[in-house]
Amino acid sequence: MIVLSVDVEKQLGTFNLAVRFAAAGGATALFGPSGSGKTSVVNMIAGLLKPDRGAIVLDDTVLFDTAKSIDVPPHRRRIGYVFQEGRLFPHLSVRQNLDYGRRMSRRSPDAREFERIVGLLDIGRLLERRPRMLSGGERQRVAVGRALLMQPRLLLLDEPLASLDAGHKREILPYLVRLRDDAKIPIVYVSHTPGEVRRIATGVVRLEAGHVVATGGLELIKDADADLFA
Amino acid sequence: MTGLFTLTPAEWTAVELSLRIAVVATACALPFGVAIGWLLARTHFWGKTVLDGLVFLPLVLPPVVTGYLLLISFGRRGPVGEFLYDYFGIVLSFRWTGAALSCGVMGFPLLVRPIRLAFEAIDRRLEDAAATLGANAMLVFLTVTLPLALPGVIVGMVLCFARALGEFGATITFVSNIPGETQTISAAIYTLTQVPGGDAAAGRLVLIAIALAFAALVASEWLARRATIRFHGE
Repeated sequence: MIVLSVDVEKQLGTFNLAVRFAAAGGATALFGPSGSGKTSVVNMIAGLLKPDRGAIVLDDTVLFDTAKSIDVPPHRRRIGYVFQEGRLFPHLSVRQNLDYGRRMSRRSPDAREFERIVGLLDIGRLLERRPRMLSGGERQRVAVGRALLMQPRLLLLDEPLASLDAGHKREILPYLVRLRDDAKIPIVYVSHTPGEVRRIATGVVRLEAGHVVATGGLELIKDADADLFA
Repeated sequence: MTGLFTLTPAEWTAVELSLRIAVVATACALPFGVAIGWLLARTHFWGKTVLDGLVFLPLVLPPVVTGYLLLISFGRRGPVGEFLYDYFGIVLSFRWTGAALSCGVMGFPLLVRPIRLAFEAIDRRLEDAAATLGANAMLVFLTVTLPLALPGVIVGMVLCFARALGEFGATITFVSNIPGETQTISAAIYTLTQVPGGDAAAGRLVLIAIALAFAALVASEWLARRATIRFHGE
């Protein structure tokens, strides 16, 4: 079943981006070398970057459509976004960061859901700290928790492990696999690392130079890609 | 006979008036300072250079000129002054409220500049993150932008307050030098230096002025450091 369909075009300077794919539930990897336009695509899905032409549909909701002049603003899309650098709010504690999405949408606190996510990501002892006092791996786990606690319809993960060293990567990967299996939220996972994609993705969209070159399953990931994309 | 550290009632009045004028001037200028600082930092519009220039004009104009411009526009017969009196019954000329207006105008450039710099320094990607978490533009501003700019806002407020406390030229031109109404510490010192035997009283007020300026600086340092720790971690 198609959950997300994307058909967008955008001219970014001399770079032409024209991407078309559909994603089912589970975790879809946007896989390609640096500069292939992966982050631009997720920014368009989140509503942070406006396509020149095209349409983005999530479940039955049209988020963007130039033909129908629809452009839902990011704060109404309910799409959780985990950024490469975390982007935790430095002036708020971990707990306040986690609560931010709920407060902005004026939902009443749900202690059980909060405990469940905090447990899933194992961040219970970090709650009263400030983001500056966290390690890179802890910061990304909190960022994932913050995105999950807004009860998103879709989760975007943009190279969430890119800023981490090998040890921290191994530390977080199991959480992401658990997230895919437990949370029942469709995931779009941006990465240029074959190993990561193999662990997490259930579907693959291969991007090169702003265009989709292949869509399918994990068979699209080759070991040689590691050297190719490095 | 008054000693070096005991003020006469008239001198107290000047001190109290100075503080009241500076507080009211800073408080009333603050919302405008935040709004204009944000406009200058974040938006591009036709006439932005003109607005930028206008805001900083009081810093470079002779204060007497600023005071005179206020007098001809906000005086009872000035276009703005007449409007305020006819429709709201507000009189600014020769009142302490007029002194607060001139002090606010003179302090405004010092208020706007740090606020603008603070807005410019904020990582806008944090605002994008807030938007994806469901915050509309207003909530992004109130929960992310403004708290992160707070140290700059505090610095601007203290500079504006200090400028308002010491303002002399524009104020005396606009609202004159009336004891109990518009005679601030500065104006009182000026008057005392013009009369024989006023040196002791002037000296006491000078000490007060130094103490107030010093207290304002210490307070700003303390507040800005607390805000920085609170909002950016130690």
